[in-house]
Amino acid sequence: MSAHDHHLDGHLPHEPEKATLEGRNKILGFWLFLGAETVLFGTLFAAFIALRHQVLDGPTADHLFELPMVFAATMILLVSSLASVFAVQALHQHKVKAMIVWLIITILLGLSFLGLEIYEFNTYVSEGHKLTTSAFSSSFYTLVGFHGAHVAFGVLWIGLLIAQIFKKGLTVVTAPKIYVSAIYWHFIDVVWVFIFTVVYLMGKVG
Amino acid sequence: MAAHAHTVKRYRGLMDWLTTVDHKKIGILYLIAGGFFFLIGGLEAILIRIQLIKPMNDFVGADTFNQLITMHGTTMIFLAAMPMLFALMNAVIPLQIGARDVAFPFLNSLGFWTFFAGGVLLNISWFAGDIPDAGWTSYVPLAGPMYAGGHGVDYYLMGLQIAGIGTLIGGINFMATIINMRAPGMSFMRMPMFTWAIFITSALIVFAFPVLTVGLVALTFDRLFQANFFETGNGGNAVLWEHIFWVFGHPEVYILILPAFGVISEVVSTFSRKRLFGYSSMVFATVLIAFLGFMVWAHHMFTTGLGPVANGLFSIATMLIAVPTGVKIFNWLFTLWGGSISFTSASLFAIGFIPTFVMGGVTGVMLAVAPADFQYHDTYFVVAHFHYVIVGGLIFGIFSGLHYWWPKMFGRVLNEKLGKATFWTFFIGFHMTFFIQHFLGLIGMPRRVWTYLPGQDFDTMNAVSTVGAFLMGIGTILFIVNVIVSAANKKPVADDPWEDGRSLEWSIPSPPPEYNFKQLPLVRSYDAWWNEKQKGNTEMPPAEPVGPIHMPSPSILPLVMSIGLFAAALGFMYDHLIVAIGGLVVTFGSMFLRSVFDDHGFHIEPEEQEKGVHA
Repeated sequence: MSAHDHHLDGHLPHEPEKATLEGRNKILGFWLFLGAETVLFGTLFAAFIALRHQVLDGPTADHLFELPMVFAATMILLVSSLASVFAVQALHQHKVKAMIVWLIITILLGLSFLGLEIYEFNTYVSEGHKLTTSAFSSSFYTLVGFHGAHVAFGVLWIGLLIAQIFKKGLTVVTAPKIYVSAIYWHFIDVVWVFIFTVVYLMGKVG
Repeated sequence: MAAHAHTVKRYRGLMDWLTTVDHKKIGILYLIAGGFFFLIGGLEAILIRIQLIKPMNDFVGADTFNQLITMHGTTMIFLAAMPMLFALMNAVIPLQIGARDVAFPFLNSLGFWTFFAGGVLLNISWFAGDIPDAGWTSYVPLAGPMYAGGHGVDYYLMGLQIAGIGTLIGGINFMATIINMRAPGMSFMRMPMFTWAIFITSALIVFAFPVLTVGLVALTFDRLFQANFFETGNGGNAVLWEHIFWVFGHPEVYILILPAFGVISEVVSTFSRKRLFGYSSMVFATVLIAFLGFMVWAHHMFTTGLGPVANGLFSIATMLIAVPTGVKIFNWLFTLWGGSISFTSASLFAIGFIPTFVMGGVTGVMLAVAPADFQYHDTYFVVAHFHYVIVGGLIFGIFSGLHYWWPKMFGRVLNEKLGKATFWTFFIGFHMTFFIQHFLGLIGMPRRVWTYLPGQDFDTMNAVSTVGAFLMGIGTILFIVNVIVSAANKKPVADDPWEDGRSLEWSIPSPPPEYNFKQLPLVRSYDAWWNEKQKGNTEMPPAEPVGPIHMPSPSILPLVMSIGLFAAALGFMYDHLIVAIGGLVVTFGSMFLRSVFDDHGFHIEPEEQEKGVHA
C-alpha cells in the first residue's frame, strides 16, 4: 500500500501503474481533472460558436483556413496518439527501450504539430487576423491557443518523464506518471478532433 | 515491507504550518483564513448597512459603496464561505471514511495556499487604491475596459482565478479521496450524509469551476490584451458573460448549500439520537439537486430578454428543485420527530436552519416565476432571498458544524452558554436584518443603490435592518470570545464528547493523532460507530494488524508555487513582464522539482504510536 513497494527487484506487476494506492489515486484524480478540462474546453467552444460569425472587417474563416495544412496537422496529432498507445503497451510489457522510443516519437510528432500551428498563426496575423481584430479572432485564438498550450505543456511534460525513466527506470512510481501523461495526450488529441470539426470544417462551410 | 526510516525533516512552529500536508492542520488553516476573510466581509457589510441606515446618508461615497458591495459579495462567497466549508471537509471527511489522509496530501496543501494567495491578492486592492466595483457578478460592459478603467476589476479577475485553482484542486482531491480511500466495509450507501454531501459538492466544483476559469480568462484578455469577447462594438457579446457567469454561478450556489445540508443531517441525527430518516432518499435528493443545479442558470437572466420559451423552461426547471429540497426538509423533520432531542448550540443552529432555509426556498420559488420576477428583479427582495439561503442556510450550517466538530478539531469543547448566546444574537439579528428587506423590495427599493430619498417608506425598515446587522456582528464576536475562552480551558476532551456520535470520527481521540487511525477500522453498517456502541463495543473492529504507518513528507513547495502565481498576476496587471515571467518560472519550477524528486515519506513505528504522536 505504500510508496515503498517500488523496490521489487525487477518484478514489476503487469500493470505497474495500478500496483500502488498512490498510482490508482493518481489515475483516478487525473481522470477527474480531465473531466474539468472537458468543461473548460466546452466553455471555450461555446464562446467560439457564439462569436464565430462576428468577423467585422477582418478576414473570414472561409478566407483564412487552408484545409490541407490543417488536415496534415490533424493526422500528425492522431498518429502521435497512436504512438503513445504503443508506449503504454510497451509499458505493460515492461519493454522500457521500446516505450522510450514511442514516447520520443510522440513528442516529435507533437512538436511538428506545434510547428505547423505557429506557422499557421503567423500567416493569419500577416493577413490581418489578430487577437484584437474581431470577436471571431479573439475566440479563435483563445480556443485554438489554449489547445496549443496544452500540446506544448504535454511535450515538455513527456520530455521530462523520458528523462526520469532514464534516471529512475520503470518503477511503480514512474509508471503511473507515464500512464496519466498518455491519457492527457489522448485527451488533447480528442479536443483537436472537435476543433478540426467545429472551427475548421464548419468555418469552411459557413 | 522494509520499514526503513528515510531522513525526513520534521518542522516545528511556524514552519510546520507552512509546510504541513496533514488534512487536519490544513483544515485549521482553512478555518483561520476563511474566518479572517469572514470578518473582513462582515465589516464591509456593517459599513454598507451604516450607509443605508437613514436616507441621504453620506457616511461613504457612491464609489466606495460600489466597492464595498462588490468586495462584500466576492469575499463572502469565495474567500469566507467556501474556505470554511473546506475547513470542515478537511477536518472531517478522512475521519468519517476511515482514512489516514486525503488522496493527494501535497495537492491539498497547494489548494489551500493558492486559495489564500488569491484571497490576499483580491484584498490588497484596498491598499493599491484600485478596488473592484462592478459587483460580485462583474457584468460587462460595466466591468469591461471601457467603463472600469484602472486595475480594480483586474484584482477581481486575477484573485478569483488563483483562488479558483485552489478550489478545483480541492474538488478533485475530495472526489478521489471518497472514491478510493474508504475504509474496508464502507460502501457508498454506508457513508455518512456529510461525506455524501461533500462527494456531490466536489463533483459540482469539478464541473462548474472551469466555466468560471474561462469567463475570467476571456474578460482578462478583453481588459489586458484588447480582445473582443464582450466588446459589442467589435462583435463581442455582453450576454455571453452572463451565460458563462451563471452556468458557473448557479452550481456554485449548490456548492455552498449542499455541504450545509450534510452538516445539518449529521447534527440533527446525532442530537435526536436517531438514525437519519430516509437516508437513501437523502442521497438521491442530493444527487438530484446537484443535477438540476446545472439546468437552471438562466433564471438569473429572466429580464435579459431570452424570450418566453427560454424563460418558461428555466422557470419550470427551477421550481423542480423545490421537490428534492422538500424531501430533505421533511427527512430532517421526521428525524427530529420522536427523537430525544438535546438543544446544544450545534443543535440549535441546525434547528434554526430548517425554518430559515424553508423561507429562503419559498422566496426562491416566488422568484422562479418568470413574469413575477420582472417585479422582484434587482430589488431588495432578491437581496433578502439570497441572504436567507446563504446566511440562513450555509452560515447557520457552518456555525452548527463548527460547534459540533470543534472538540474533534481542537480537543476543546466550546462553551455552551456562549454558544447559545451566539445562536440567539445571530439568529435574531439575521431575521431582523433580512426579513424586513423582503418588504423593502416589494415596495420598490432597488438593490445596489448607495442611498435613497426620504418619504418613500424606506426609512424605518432600513434602520431596523441596520440594527439587525449589528446584532449579527455581536453574535460573531461572541463566537470569537467563545473560541478564546475554550482555548484557555485546558480540560482534555473525550473521544466521543457528545456521547451520541454515530460516525467514525468519534471513535478516535480528540484531536486525532496525525495518522488518524492506528488500525484502519472495519465498517459493518451505516452509522458504524453508533452500531458498535449498541453492541457494547468500545472501539471499532480493526481491519488490519498494528504496523508501521507510512506518512507523506511536509513540503514548502505549495506555498512557493502560490507566491509565484501571486507575483505573476501582479506582473501581468501592471505590465511588468519580467515579474510575470519570473512568477511563472517559480511556479513551474516548483512543479518540476516536485516531479523529479520523489517523496518517499516516512514511517511511524508502532512504538511511536503507543507514545501518541499528536497532530
